[in-house]
Amino acid sequence: MGWDMKQGLEGLDHNIFTAKVEDLVNWARRRSFWGVTFGLACCALEMMAAGASHYDLGRFGMEVFRASPRQSDLMIVAGRLSQKMAPVLRQVYDQMMEPKWVLSMGVCASTGGMFNNYALVQGVDQIVPVDVYAPGCPPGPETLIHAINTIHEQIQSGELLRRREARGDGAGAGVVVEQRDGQPEPATPAAMGGGG
Amino acid sequence: MSDTEATSGFEEMPVGDEAGTATTEAQTRFGVPATSSRRQQVLHPTRDQLVDLARTLRDDEGFRVCIDLTAVDYLTYEAPRQLPPDVAPERFEVVVGLLALDTRERLRLRVQVPADDATCPSLFDVHPGTEGLEREVYDMFGIEFTGHPDLSRILMPEDWDGFPLRKDYPVGAIPVEFKGVQNAR
Amino acid sequence: MTSSPTPTRRPVVASVSDLPALSTDDTARTYEGSQELTPRKGAGAAELMREVGSVLRMSEVEVAALAEDQPTEDQTMILNMGPQHPSTHGVLRLMLELEGETVLRSKPVIGYLHTGMEKTGETLTYLQGPTNVTRMDYASPLFNELVFSQATETLLGIDQDIPPRAQWIRMLLCELNRMSSHLLFLATNGLDLGAVSMMLFGWREREETLRLLEMITGLRMNHNFIRPGGVAADLPDGWRDAVLRVLDLCTPRLDEYDELLTGQPIFRARLQGVGVITTDEAIALGATGPILRSTGLPWDLRKDMPYLFYDQVEFAAVVGSYGDAFDRYAIRLNEVRESMAIVRQILDALPAGDYRIQDRKVTPPPRARIDESMEALIHHFKIFTEGFKVPEGEVYCAVESPRGELGCYMVSDGSAVPYRMHIRGPSFVNVQALPHMLRGGLIADAVAVISSVDPIMGETDR
Repeated sequence: MGWDMKQGLEGLDHNIFTAKVEDLVNWARRRSFWGVTFGLACCALEMMAAGASHYDLGRFGMEVFRASPRQSDLMIVAGRLSQKMAPVLRQVYDQMMEPKWVLSMGVCASTGGMFNNYALVQGVDQIVPVDVYAPGCPPGPETLIHAINTIHEQIQSGELLRRREARGDGAGAGVVVEQRDGQPEPATPAAMGGGG
Repeated sequence: MSDTEATSGFEEMPVGDEAGTATTEAQTRFGVPATSSRRQQVLHPTRDQLVDLARTLRDDEGFRVCIDLTAVDYLTYEAPRQLPPDVAPERFEVVVGLLALDTRERLRLRVQVPADDATCPSLFDVHPGTEGLEREVYDMFGIEFTGHPDLSRILMPEDWDGFPLRKDYPVGAIPVEFKGVQNAR
Repeated sequence: MTSSPTPTRRPVVASVSDLPALSTDDTARTYEGSQELTPRKGAGAAELMREVGSVLRMSEVEVAALAEDQPTEDQTMILNMGPQHPSTHGVLRLMLELEGETVLRSKPVIGYLHTGMEKTGETLTYLQGPTNVTRMDYASPLFNELVFSQATETLLGIDQDIPPRAQWIRMLLCELNRMSSHLLFLATNGLDLGAVSMMLFGWREREETLRLLEMITGLRMNHNFIRPGGVAADLPDGWRDAVLRVLDLCTPRLDEYDELLTGQPIFRARLQGVGVITTDEAIALGATGPILRSTGLPWDLRKDMPYLFYDQVEFAAVVGSYGDAFDRYAIRLNEVRESMAIVRQILDALPAGDYRIQDRKVTPPPRARIDESMEALIHHFKIFTEGFKVPEGEVYCAVESPRGELGCYMVSDGSAVPYRMHIRGPSFVNVQALPHMLRGGLIADAVAVISSVDPIMGETDR
């Protein structure tokens, strides 16, 4: 309905909605979710296929895969992680800035896959905390998109960050807020008695 | 309609033709013992003959390409080794594949390398393309190539212990546990 | 074994006691010691002798003359490219010594995707083997399966008895795979040089071929379709129309790529004269495939040492003349056209018949017979649990994969698993040619050269 200017600001009440800042932030985060290029093996080709025109990750705001971990939110570990590559994975993960998420794509990244031997880390969750596992060898682009949408849902509901706070997993940036000017303590989830 | 025999004699069925085992009479080619394996020509030089033979084959016989260099650990090999009678079998074998572009011929060299002296002369001077292949053999089997310019590990991390493709190195499989299975067999 | 009530995090180290422990001090370390490029102080004439002299067969005097006016150490910088890098085609780590933007020396460090496939191959039966090797060169998986199956069949002695229909189906699938692999190359080559839309175009065509392969084999990638004895199943109904549809779709689009890329001055300027290699150098380094053909030598295993029925189809081995990155691009583009011509000929020539050999020892019986015959049931059981036994021997077989000569050296000891299964990956040897091609170029050329070599790290590291 139109805005009756004669009523002034009172006429605007249908066009204003209130929300928590947290919800808005989550809404923004899930819709511009950039990944860091961490394609290792065959799953990388299916990841590229998901980003290509037929399966189009661009409709989720994810068409861009940043090479720099500083500029990305999501690390899709696509492929088998060898023992030699494990420190590199950890280094790249550490360089990403909070909040960050990890998607383990394919069975080799999730559990070591069909290669239960000396050369592979049997699951990247031994090195980095994983949020969603996408099974398949390789998972088709549709499975990958489903996994990404699952992370999106969890971001929107705030579930992932609540889980991390409760577990104390260190995914939070470890920021300590000190009130030095005599004001009351800020209301953080931890101060309010843990996530819920 | 039902078969009367309890087993179908699966193990006793012959497969194809088992041609191509080592010949009994000694054959030599280019001065080293030669055999044929499944209609493929194989030569058996010793470690000392290897580099000169490779050079002769490259320069005079047209085998300009070293297409492959790998090794085999015969520690747990139970079948008879298919070697000519005057070649003593050792634990390791370095296998070199050569290719002649003009005559479209392939040739394979199998060099016996003993376990207590796991060295072999490097073919780098004859075929520079063996640099990475020899490093891989060193990494996986522990065979050192004398004269190689940069013998270091190539596939495993630098501080890895052991040589993975040796037969006494375990596969490293982790027993898979299924949560919720009460009676583990 | 009781399960603990709360799930605990598994320890970082594997439970096999003799594997090295990855302590927390080590987790962030990426130093690979002597595998990396050593600073110039340790290099000099000796290293030049090794890098350039051996390949060019220069004498030591000539190399010493070359080494005289090399820059000192404080004028150069060692830059690390990879293993996590958008342009290194997987986990290739390249260490470059730069003077300004010019690459003086370089060293590829590989092994970041080492999966122990050759060791795993010694624990899997011959029927399970293709599932393992197919993941080596994951851009053209059917070639790995083909060479493994050929080696197994040669050891079994049945390589002359594979039914013609099976061989023709193998050829069809391999040529379709060659098309999808080269389309992947065109896409990533364009992306590396900045033609981002080429990435989307290449994948658009690749999706069509992958959909066709999914219709035939059941999977988009890592098909496990070519098995010892033939192929896993016959071609489905409607395959002919589907193949014709893909061919008719791709033909005009390849001409679009010609318009978009081949004639473009920027594309040509970035690729022509870049990464030049001569025939003698390529032969000395063992490089095969498009790298060797770009130098002018028409060596293609399909033509020179034919396997399957390649001697019965007409096609050209595409050859370049300058040995540079542009020639390699043009070769691969035209090889897509040649593959499409081969596929059209296969459509006409495909005979009726069995899609796998009827040798009961190798091929599982048809499923319907299992209900009727005890013998068939036992054969099925034996083949899938224990595996068929292969007589002892050793053999080397090779095919022409999109990257070069893909070979399989297999040693059998008469049991149901290979004793030694080695795959000669063309990318492993082609990557060794990189330092030679990068010398003297710019960093931007390094990206173009790596892209033109088109390495797949799965078969490099295995």
